[in-house]
Formats: sequence, structure tokens, C-alpha cells
Amino acid sequence: MKFKFIEEKVAKVLMIASAIAVFAFVVNIIYTILRRGLPALNWDMISKIPAGGYYNGGGGGILNAIVGSLYIVLGSTILGLLISIPVVFYLNVYLSKDSRLAYTARLAFDVLFGIPSIVYGAFAFTIMIYLGMHTSLGGGILVITLLIIPILIRSMDEVARQLPKDLLDATYALGATKLETIQVVLRQIAPGIATATLLSVGRAIGDAAGVMFTAGFTDSIPTSLSQPAATLPLSVFFQLSSPNADVQDRAYSAALILIFIVLVISVTGRLITNHFSKNKI
Amino acid sequence: MGTLQFGNPAQRLGSLGSLFFNNFLFHRKSQENSHTQQHKVSYKLKNSNLSVRNLNVHIQKNHILKNVNIEIPDKKITCIIGPSGCGKSTLLKTFNRLIDDTEGVSYDGSILVDGADIFDNKTEITEIRKKMGLLSQRPCPLPMSIYDNIAFGCKMHGEHRRKKLNQIVEDQLKAVGLWTEVKSRLNTPASRLSIGQQQRLCLARGLAVEPEFILADEATSALDPISSKHIEELFVELKEDYAIILVTHTLRQALRIADHVIFMYLGEVIESGPADEVFNNPKQELTRKYLEGAFS
Repeated sequence: MKFKFIEEKVAKVLMIASAIAVFAFVVNIIYTILRRGLPALNWDMISKIPAGGYYNGGGGGILNAIVGSLYIVLGSTILGLLISIPVVFYLNVYLSKDSRLAYTARLAFDVLFGIPSIVYGAFAFTIMIYLGMHTSLGGGILVITLLIIPILIRSMDEVARQLPKDLLDATYALGATKLETIQVVLRQIAPGIATATLLSVGRAIGDAAGVMFTAGFTDSIPTSLSQPAATLPLSVFFQLSSPNADVQDRAYSAALILIFIVLVISVTGRLITNHFSKNKI
Repeated sequence: MGTLQFGNPAQRLGSLGSLFFNNFLFHRKSQENSHTQQHKVSYKLKNSNLSVRNLNVHIQKNHILKNVNIEIPDKKITCIIGPSGCGKSTLLKTFNRLIDDTEGVSYDGSILVDGADIFDNKTEITEIRKKMGLLSQRPCPLPMSIYDNIAFGCKMHGEHRRKKLNQIVEDQLKAVGLWTEVKSRLNTPASRLSIGQQQRLCLARGLAVEPEFILADEATSALDPISSKHIEELFVELKEDYAIILVTHTLRQALRIADHVIFMYLGEVIESGPADEVFNNPKQELTRKYLEGAFS
């Protein structure tokens, strides 16, 4: 047999093997969570806030953390999009392909991308002390916004860089100013915006270190931005550190709920993306 | 556009006048329309013209256009021919100042459109571009529905009345012969049309903002022969109302439809004049050689 056919076969086997390896990890994680979390899951978990002594095996649920996480994800995603869409638009429409500023900005966002969330948390915490803020929902939203902005910008930017020059020219030729092309640009990169949003939602909802100092943790549901808020990852963390096996199982249920929320958001996100990208050229 | 923009302080006096005249013509024309032809829409100024004086364009250190002096006749099809890299497309891009976005571009000389220099600081770039409908090599529909592709430009220039927009969309689609093909699916994405239909849609989109010129950059080269013939026929139809400037690589196309020909070589205009003169009796040796196919 010719060498290149052997090469082809080996490459194919390797690819299948790595796919199976990744899949096995995912199945394993989900299996563990289901095995330990499913028996402990009940309606109280998702409909009640922790009663007294919850972390020692008392009654109640983690509604506080579910609501807190959703608030933080919603707030930071909206805030993050409001900040990053103009940045992406400026980078791709106003700056030329080989602009130094664009290069430096992209490099900076790549670096920010790699900074661990605990550093964002610590950074935001010093600002909050300086401003005299307490741990609060607002603080949590702020730090998660900082955390997801690089993800939002870089993933939207990769799509926006593929923007056909002809499309911009066609829009200019109709008498559009650069700002007026935003309607065309946004429609064209809509799938990119959706993917970026989904990625950042995943990161925002799963982050524990960033919100530890900034959003804090509480057993009640926050009613304003200045009240502390519980989050699901921290809820998992606190329950998992309990010596009580029942409480540890509840940590797995909390993780299960977290995964379920991410799944629901991803699926709806994909559906919405398909709807919006139908006009893409 | 049918609306007057007196409130804009940056508007040149001259363009104010032409807007006024435009507007006047538009009203008269639209009355005529209701009696005679339903689908012929023309709001454009009579006797508009375009002349290029001593135009030089440099991109970085390259001298792309060298001392270009030409007149573009109104209501005619002007074909710009010449071998690749002779500056045809650059010249076309200079007309609507899309060239401004090129890195390291500089130009001198003047291009007079309706008597006003488009390089003048007081000239609004969006106004120039509005006057110049562009049809690019590959059809490039906007990422929207068929309807919105045409309405987009009008909305941008301040037309928001639904009824008026519906009328414009219908008129322009009829003008490019697309109406019967798409009237039942105006809200489907423009990207689902065939490539030839897309190109006609792009033409209609350009016409909707009421240009005076149609700039076509090898507008048929990406199309199949039938679609390409369709576009050519449209040009011949549209030259009654617009000045059409067509950059083309196919000499045969120029022979078929050109009224006026400009032959360029290495950034210079070698010869320009009425089509039959240039084709049958070229004054320059270079033109004769090119027409004979000695080089391309």
C-alpha cells in the first residue's frame, strides 16, 4: 500500500480516538453529576431559598443562587454587549486592516482573555473598596462584565474581520456614512454576535472566583443592585466543602441545575442565531 | 430624493439649486408617469454631466492615473476598456470617491459633476455617492430581505413612509425586470436569489436612491451568459435616463453596447470618443493594436 494511504488511515484513527477521549470525559462528568445529584434533586431545591441550617443538612433549596446567577449573567451580558459591539465596529469599519491601534487593541484583548477570573475579582474588589461599595449584585455584574468583554470582543472580531469589503463598498455607494453601515454590519455578523454571547454566558454563569469577593454570598434573593447575591458556582463550592455527604450530594444537584441552565441557554441561543443569520450573504 | 433639505447649513448653494430643480422635475415626472409608463422612474436632472480634468491618482508611491482628461456624455453608455491593471477600476472608484478608503491614496486635479468639483471640501461625500449608483463585479446584496435591500437606501436618506417605500420597491424591481419573479417573496433573504437575479437586485437598489450615473465595474463578468445579456439589455434601456459608465474586459461587450469608448493603457487615457469612431477608425496605434488583440 502506498504511504499516503497508510497516513490517511492513521490520521483518521487518531482523530476518532481524540473525539472519543473528549466525549468520554463529558459523559463521565455528566454521569458523576447525575449519579450523585439526581437522587438529591427535588422541587424544594429549585423553588426555595435555604432554610436555617441548610448547609448542615437542613431544609430549603438554592433558589437564591439560581436567581443570583441569572441576574449576574443577564446584567453582565447586556452591559458587555453594549460595550463590545462599538469596539468591534470601530476596529473593523473605522480602522484600516493594518492599523497599529487595531493590532495593539487585539493584542491587549488577547492578554485580557487569559487573565484568571480571581485577578479580575481582586482588581474589582480594590476598586469597590476605593468607591466604598460593599459586596453586591452590582459589583458581581461589574466584574463578570470585565471578564467577558475580551471574549465578546475577540470572538465577534474574528467574524467581523471576514466582513466582505464589497459589502461595505456597496453600502457606502448608496450614500451611507461609516456609522450608517452599522445596520448592515450588525446583520452580517449576527451569527458571530450570537456565538460570542453564548460563549460569554457559559463563562459568566460558571465563574466562581470572580464573584467570590464582589457579589458575595447570601441566603436571600437580592432585590436591588446594592445587595449581595448568591451564585450557583459558589453554592456548589460551599456545599461541596461540607463534611456531610447529603449536603455534598446537593452540591451535585446544584451543578446539574447549572448545566441544565447552560444547556437551555445554548439551545435557545442556537435557534435564535439560525433565525437571525438567514439573511447573511 | 423627493424631500428638500433646506435646513442643512453645510449644503452648497449649487447643490441646493440642483436639489430644487430635481424636486421640481420629480413632481412633473411623477405626474407624467401616472398617465403613461407605469414602471419608468426617473427623477434625474437633464443635461447632467461628468468631466475629469487633469486627474492624477497616486496610491502609496505608484502613479495609478496619469493626467486623465475625459468627458462622460449624458444618457449614453460609456465603456472604459483597456488591459488589466491600466487603472480602469481605480478611475471608476475615484468617481464616487470610494478610493478615499484606500491606504495611502492621494489625488489632484478635479472631477466636475454638474459643475461642482467632487474633491471640493464643501462637497458632501455621501451626496456624491448617492449620485453614483455602483454595480460591482460580484453581486453584493445586503444581508436583508429583498424588500429591505431596496428600501435601505431610501430609509437612510430619510424616506420612511411605508406607502412610498412600497411604491419605490415595486417601481425599481419593475425597472430591472425582477418584479414578477420576486413579488410573492419580497420578505425572503436576498441571498436566496440566483446570482443573476442578485445582480439585477443590486442595480435596482442603486436606482432606488435616484442616482444620475451608473458605475458598473465589470458588472457582467461573474454572471452566466443569459443573466449577463439581461444586464446588458437593461443598460441599453436605462441609458435613456442615466449616464452609464461601464468598465469592461470583454471587447465584444463594448462593441455591442458602447456609445462612447475610453481606451486606457498604463494609467493614461490613450483615446476616447464615440464608439464607431474608436472601433472603426482608431487614431492611435496603441488602440488599433489593442482592438486587434495584439495584447490584452
